[in-house]
Amino acid sequence: MITRRFIDWPGVALRSPIAQLEQMRRDMERLGGAFFGRLGLRPEAAGVFPALNITEDRDNYFVRAELPGIQAKDLEVQVHGKSLTIAGERKIASEGENVKYHRREREAGKFSRITDLPGEINADRVEAQMTNGILTVRIAKAEAAKPRQIAVK
Amino acid sequence: MTTAKELQVKEKQEVSSAAEQTKPGLVFTPAVDIFESDREITLLADMPGVAANDISIDLRDGVLTISGDVKPWESAEEKDVLIEFEVGKYYRQFTLSEAIDQAKIDAQLKEGVLKLALPKLAKAQPRKIAVNAG
Repeated sequence: MITRRFIDWPGVALRSPIAQLEQMRRDMERLGGAFFGRLGLRPEAAGVFPALNITEDRDNYFVRAELPGIQAKDLEVQVHGKSLTIAGERKIASEGENVKYHRREREAGKFSRITDLPGEINADRVEAQMTNGILTVRIAKAEAAKPRQIAVK
Repeated sequence: MTTAKELQVKEKQEVSSAAEQTKPGLVFTPAVDIFESDREITLLADMPGVAANDISIDLRDGVLTISGDVKPWESAEEKDVLIEFEVGKYYRQFTLSEAIDQAKIDAQLKEGVLKLALPKLAKAQPRKIAVNAG
């Protein structure tokens, strides 16, 4: 539990420390945007499994998800327009009647998530790959979405 | 187990300083299943992104330590668009109450899930105790 007080922080009314933290987080996000994204502040969550990281380089978008224990055949990846759908099921085999559990934290179940990509894509050039429980979907950008160098005359 | 259940997003649990870290980077607690039969204890741990040769398993003085390093999988040219999960190492320790046959420990990594079989020593296997009516 965080009980630290932020003294002299302008604009923060005296509320519970948690509410103050939340307000601070939002302020930071507004001010710093992506800069703070990887410095330990909570990433934004959509609340739908699986959590996705989307990155881009010049020619492609990369969508990644942590899907441990899910086989490629139990996964369905679709693109439609600018939308990407990742659906599937995580199965955990039963260990039989004769075992006793000490911990049971891993969960099985179905999931389905749709997300919009930030730019136009080339639906013919989409590749999906599972490596060590990480799904990587590489989606080629449409020509219109690629950055273009403009020569200054 | 019902299969119709929908999977929910769970925030990755950061390790709350079991030992001070000397290397920079985030460290997470992997979700585990641990179960035992008469002969062995089995541990399943979700460690997505860890390659087989980046896992280390250590058992000494009844304490089992599993840790896994994650190599960054993004190339340097990639820029973030949306980040919903953080990437980091995995680390977790367990105390084992039973005597384990160290020589027969077996570890397998498949699709980001570590499966560890820890066979019990013969003397630790359960015996039926007959109760004599006096």
